[in-house]
Amino acid sequence: MNSFQPPRREFLQILSGSAGAAWLTANWPALVSAAEHAHQTAKSANPKLEALTAEQAREVDAITSRLIPTDDVPGAHEAGVVYFIDRALKTFESDSLPTYQQGLAMVQQRTTEIFPGVPRFSAATPEQQDKILVELFAEVEKQEGNRRFSPDANQSDFLGKLRIHTIFGFLVDPEGGGNRDFAGWKAIGRDPAHMFSPPFGFYDKDYPGWQAAPAETEKK
Amino acid sequence: MTQGKVSYKPSEEVDFVIVGSGASGGVLAKELSTNGFRVVVLEQGPYLQEKDFTHDEVKIFAEHFLTVDPKQQPATFRKTPQDTARKKPCVMYGRCVGGSSVHFTANYWRLHEVDFIEHSKVGDIAGANFADWPITYADLEPYYTKVEWEVGVSGLAGASPFDPPRSKPYPMPPLPVKGSGVVFERAARKLGYHPYPAPMAILSQPRAGRSACMNCGFCLGFGCEFGAKSSSLASVIPMAEKTGRCEIRPNSYVHRIELDKNGRAVGAVYFDAQRNSHLQRAKAVILAANGAETPRLLLLSASGQFPNGLANSSGHVGKNLMPNSNVVACGVLDEPINDYKGFAVSRVMHDFYELENQGFHGGGGLDARYDFTPAAYALNGLPPGTSKWGPEFKKVLRQNFTRTFEVFCHGTSLPVEDNSFSLDPELKDAWGLPALRMTFRDHPNDLRMMNWMKDRALEILDAAGAKTKWANPVSEQEFMVHLLGTCRMGNDPKSSVVNADHRTHDVKNLFLCDGSSMVTSGRGQPTMTIQALAYRAADRITALAKRGEISA
Repeated sequence: MNSFQPPRREFLQILSGSAGAAWLTANWPALVSAAEHAHQTAKSANPKLEALTAEQAREVDAITSRLIPTDDVPGAHEAGVVYFIDRALKTFESDSLPTYQQGLAMVQQRTTEIFPGVPRFSAATPEQQDKILVELFAEVEKQEGNRRFSPDANQSDFLGKLRIHTIFGFLVDPEGGGNRDFAGWKAIGRDPAHMFSPPFGFYDKDYPGWQAAPAETEKK
Repeated sequence: MTQGKVSYKPSEEVDFVIVGSGASGGVLAKELSTNGFRVVVLEQGPYLQEKDFTHDEVKIFAEHFLTVDPKQQPATFRKTPQDTARKKPCVMYGRCVGGSSVHFTANYWRLHEVDFIEHSKVGDIAGANFADWPITYADLEPYYTKVEWEVGVSGLAGASPFDPPRSKPYPMPPLPVKGSGVVFERAARKLGYHPYPAPMAILSQPRAGRSACMNCGFCLGFGCEFGAKSSSLASVIPMAEKTGRCEIRPNSYVHRIELDKNGRAVGAVYFDAQRNSHLQRAKAVILAANGAETPRLLLLSASGQFPNGLANSSGHVGKNLMPNSNVVACGVLDEPINDYKGFAVSRVMHDFYELENQGFHGGGGLDARYDFTPAAYALNGLPPGTSKWGPEFKKVLRQNFTRTFEVFCHGTSLPVEDNSFSLDPELKDAWGLPALRMTFRDHPNDLRMMNWMKDRALEILDAAGAKTKWANPVSEQEFMVHLLGTCRMGNDPKSSVVNADHRTHDVKNLFLCDGSSMVTSGRGQPTMTIQALAYRAADRITALAKRGEISA
């Protein structure tokens, strides 16, 4: 078990308690203007970076491309996640820029320690990159001991934060500046249409309609 | 329709100033303005419209587009009065015209007859401050019907054998069944239960100039750009404005109720968007600010006449907080359900509404739902133990996103006196006002009950054929959205804050009507009852005003 589990218990309780997103509300500062800009940036031919340097962006792209890899369907790279994150760090997540800068330096250092001769994460092979990430996630777990991956904890760690940002950059409605050309939604099988009509899926397509339960099963 | 929009000067004494434009404030505004009174509604949030609504999870979940922003209005939390509270987001409510009804799920169960007389039926429960309501289900029934027809509720009367009596069918058929509803219904039937089409405050047919649900899939947490979700914003507020007697004044953050020397309320003091303070004068004041902000406002309005908080001679302002107990179980089916399409809930069952001989009091409802939006699903919808990144994470995400559904258990919270909202002695909000302090620990009865419900939910998932299934552990709640019981109604001024007319025992022209009025929690899904109470309160208040018993 790695310790990088989002606080699903709290989150689910909150979501289902009819509010939605309280955990994010509580723990992730404002995101939005960023997103709109990121959407534009991600679409443009020569995306302009605003918070990260070109070198940092290359490394972020490389790491996020292992967090959500490309296979027969798009991954983080195709969804333009790095531009979503760049804009986030310029705006609503500007407080996190030092965490990213320190985190990227840490990744570089550990890369050369684990694979001497490999100058940076992005220069490693995908297999090497996964090994580095397994090790880094394990190190965080060790540091945290048995402590639950709490909302408080995630704010201070680079990889946990990067993971959450990557997921949002991959799956947010493109209106929110990620998920370029619905790459993320296509990958998970979400139809990008704005409206739907029933039947929605396999189980409701032949549904005959609601009928009262037979009298003999009445409990009241 | 904006025909006849009116605006009043704060110095102009209107008949009623209502604090809050949500589920109850919207209904009160509509009813009182329709009855001929001049009304100002003060809403702390912005006046958003359908065109402003978005599917952007970042804007909703991180930017607090529709809800209270913990950076601006922080809160503190502690489990018991002996603990020191620490800063922690612990309450969420809607902060825009329409309040929480803009972003809610829209489950619209009625309370059952037992909910009003549980104390008499069950007797005292150790550690609980259990009481009967001063009104019965029969008193409220006509108003439940009014909510269904006027606000707009879809459902099927008579479909649940456990439903309380009703005077009229629903005005619209139920929403279409979702895949989650189909498998839940079949599984629950197999186990001998009685699932039925969920009553939802979402239009299944076009009505009153509003669209039917378009099944966009961004429902819980989001505002409805089609006007199909029956928020106060979409339903009653336009009716109130159309009277030409009701002004909805957004960006108006009320921080004090002003009294005269005789102990009568003269109006509400609020900050406008530029943080200038104004007194809106009124013959009577109604607080409909929700179960957290209504008691907070009373406590903020302490004075020489009311040193412990306005209308708090009983000492019960802010106490007996009930959030409804809850737990979620999830299952993954073999074929695509595609439950991300549409509203959240299409089937519910109330077989466990009144549980007996299980070693605890209370009960609850179970529903079949899917209330995840895509990023929220990826963060929180996967089975425990799934890799958090990499090829396996992506593989499970791809496989499960369209195949997952939830069985959600909602239930009783017993009233406990220490469970409360009060003013934090140190922390201030961005306006310099004392922040909310929440003290809360679930009554052990409620945790036992939820554990029992969780086991039933897993049995249903099993019967539904979910090969992968799991449930969250039942734990003490530290965050809530149902804010009930904190200014409870009752006949005895020593043990309640308002009477059966929602009039405070202490101040003749001050009324409170929202979740804070509830005496017991029901089994979840309180908004329907909050609105029925508001319709009833409007009738009572109108009668008092017409007899000259408010301003006299």
